[in-house]
Amino acid sequence: SFFPPKLFKRQTLCDMIPLVHSVSVDLNNDASLVIDIPDALCERDKVKFTVHTKTTLSSFQKPEYSVQRQHEDFIWLHDTIVETEEYAGLIIPPAPPKPDFEGPREKMHKLGEGESSMTKEEYAKMKQELEAEYLAVFKKTVQVHEVFLQRLSSHPMFRKDRNFQIFLEYDQDLTVRRKNAKEMFGGFFKNMVKSADEVLISGVKEVDEFFEQEKNFLLDYSSKIKDATAKAEKMTRSHKNVADDYNHISGALNNIAADNNTAFKKHLEKCAEVFEKLRKVEDRMASDQELKLTELLRYYTRDIQAAKDLLYRRARALADYENSNKALDKARLKGKDVAQAEENQKQCLQKFDKLSESGKKELTSFKARRVVAFRKNLIEMTELEIKHAKNSVSLLQGSIEVLKSN
Amino acid sequence: MSEQMRIMRSKELPEELRDRIVARHRSGQGYKKISQHMCFMIWFCFGLFCSCELILFLLLTGDGMNAYMAYKVSTQTSLTMFHSKTFTVRRRFSDFLGLYEKLSEKHLQNGYIVPPPPEKSILGMTKVKVGKEDPSSAEFVERRRAALERYLQRVVSHPSLLQDPDVREFLEKEELPRAVSTQALSGAGFLKMLNKATDAVSKMTIKMNEQDVWFDEKIQDVENEEQHMRKLHVMVESLVNHRKELSGNTAVFAKSVAMLGSSEDNTALSRALSQLAEVEDRIEQLHQEQAANDFFTFSELLADYIRLLGAVKGCFDQRMKAWQRWQDAENMLQKKREVEAKLLWANKPDKLQQAKDEIAEWEAKVTQYEREFERISATVRKEVIRFDKEKARDFKRQIIKYLESLLNSQQQLIKYWEAFLPEAKAIA
Repeated sequence: SFFPPKLFKRQTLCDMIPLVHSVSVDLNNDASLVIDIPDALCERDKVKFTVHTKTTLSSFQKPEYSVQRQHEDFIWLHDTIVETEEYAGLIIPPAPPKPDFEGPREKMHKLGEGESSMTKEEYAKMKQELEAEYLAVFKKTVQVHEVFLQRLSSHPMFRKDRNFQIFLEYDQDLTVRRKNAKEMFGGFFKNMVKSADEVLISGVKEVDEFFEQEKNFLLDYSSKIKDATAKAEKMTRSHKNVADDYNHISGALNNIAADNNTAFKKHLEKCAEVFEKLRKVEDRMASDQELKLTELLRYYTRDIQAAKDLLYRRARALADYENSNKALDKARLKGKDVAQAEENQKQCLQKFDKLSESGKKELTSFKARRVVAFRKNLIEMTELEIKHAKNSVSLLQGSIEVLKSN
Repeated sequence: MSEQMRIMRSKELPEELRDRIVARHRSGQGYKKISQHMCFMIWFCFGLFCSCELILFLLLTGDGMNAYMAYKVSTQTSLTMFHSKTFTVRRRFSDFLGLYEKLSEKHLQNGYIVPPPPEKSILGMTKVKVGKEDPSSAEFVERRRAALERYLQRVVSHPSLLQDPDVREFLEKEELPRAVSTQALSGAGFLKMLNKATDAVSKMTIKMNEQDVWFDEKIQDVENEEQHMRKLHVMVESLVNHRKELSGNTAVFAKSVAMLGSSEDNTALSRALSQLAEVEDRIEQLHQEQAANDFFTFSELLADYIRLLGAVKGCFDQRMKAWQRWQDAENMLQKKREVEAKLLWANKPDKLQQAKDEIAEWEAKVTQYEREFERISATVRKEVIRFDKEKARDFKRQIIKYLESLLNSQQQLIKYWEAFLPEAKAIA
């Protein structure tokens, strides 16, 4: 296998790619429960995250934990929270996406196929590119899993969740638990939400101005942000292609220079050097843009969906309430089971009111959170782009000087 | 430029002196050597051999499929062999090919590197003729114009070719007779011609006994360089395409961000997003310009040199042909001597005289071909040295130009992002 099991430590990732930790802000501010993922082990394309917890809460048995978790464990945790009735009025932090090593895997395939037709230098360069891409995917997946946990830990209700605690504490494999949970819930509720939300949400006759506005905003925004994410991904892909081309050009220039021994050779070598360095800068530019902008858009696409899910649950509750009203009228007409119908109606109303009250709070803080995150990321991205462009400028100016003076 | 020099440049050289200089130049001396001998100031002689400057403009004449692109060739020169200092003529693409045909007919066999013209492209030209108003047509037209300009500049910067009356006629003469046999000289035809020479060489049964190892090493270098350059060219073409893609994707992304901004309900964030969309739009422009630079400054340079290296190889092949001719003559001479010997032995005096005549004939041929071979070897050597110098100069100039375009692009990028930063910070 090309990639033997590798242990990636946070530090290594920091050295290779600028540390980004900002799709969501105000996390880990509360010292009573601090979570991070200091390293991860990658075997083939199965990733084992080390989840590290430091807590002062009495509900935990120990002040510090370090457990190994797989992606499926995170999904299990997310799903159990979604299924929990109590949390119906909250925006549930979106599940982290599965680690996607498709890109590096494709490259690895190409590398293996073309090995015989490449020179040693070309092969080394491609291997370099491949490792960088692999690391980038790795870094993104660690970040996104970490943020998920931190969203939970910084929320007053989720941090107290029993399953969350198990996730953080339980020092054995969670696989058995996961299987049981699947049998119980079967992801039923989750699937329903995905397919029906748009229709139901837009069908609600909204009395509350706040929710009317929110509904219109979320429906529109969600399709736009999904689109923007897709377009950003394409743009970043092209940018990386350009950086790769610089790499190949640099190698090809060196090949020509190697067979020469005149002024021509020096010019070519200088040019090759410039391309080599420029490639690194372009690569950084592309990956910073991806981490700050594309990842931001990706994350908030998921978060917007979570907000929509909340609206959906509220819409369901409203529908239930309206049905219970009808049932009560019917019961009164028939003169049968009136007390039961009244009780049912009362409960439906309570549930709906609770969801509305909690929902309003959640959606308001979501707005604020989103704006803050966008601001931080846009500023950081811009500053990085300027920094990289300035590096390019000084590199190019220096090289032009040297070439002109030769 | 000193006052003295300026005055001197405007005076014409006396004809006799001019002829002497030209004669010396034809025999292979550089202008520095000539000026040493003639005791003239260097810059004066430089004025004499200073290349002409050409610019090509375009006009499309005629309708439909009969339409043709006419190029205005404007020349500015201080050379006295021309009738005036500035002049403009109209030429068609086939005229350029015709010029190449004439020059290669005359000079190729002497070992000169005759710059090859750009290739014919039926598809590209058809689109233009049909009046297709798309960016690829515009690009094709500019590409051809620039290629023809570079072609002519190479021709006139070749000191021997510049002296050729066909070149002068091409630049000066109002109406040129339409070149008809240019079919042979389109891209495929040019390659065919080169291949014929190469075939002749490969059919040689005796391997050339290379006295001068310089030639052996040089042809190997040229072959290697051509191969490497082809690979590099492919990669640069890939860069051009990817950058065009990047430009397109950036534009699409910009629109998408603008839509997102209009949907955003926080006012400051909404404005920042539409500003971001504008920045991305400007960046898209930058990418487009850079792609054009990638192409015209870098990719076309490589395309030119791949063709030129082909011409250099052709040059070496001509030398081989000359050697073959000499060897064949030597063999024939040997045969004739054998015939004479046989006749002497068989005692046939009447046929003997004929045999002796033939021997004399072939002895003369051998001497002639040997001399020609030596001359072509010297020419090839000189040409290759000149070519190498020009190549180094060309590449240096173009690389600097290309890096400067990249530099400019990055500086613009900084400006755009620095203008955006306060907008991002203003989000509340």
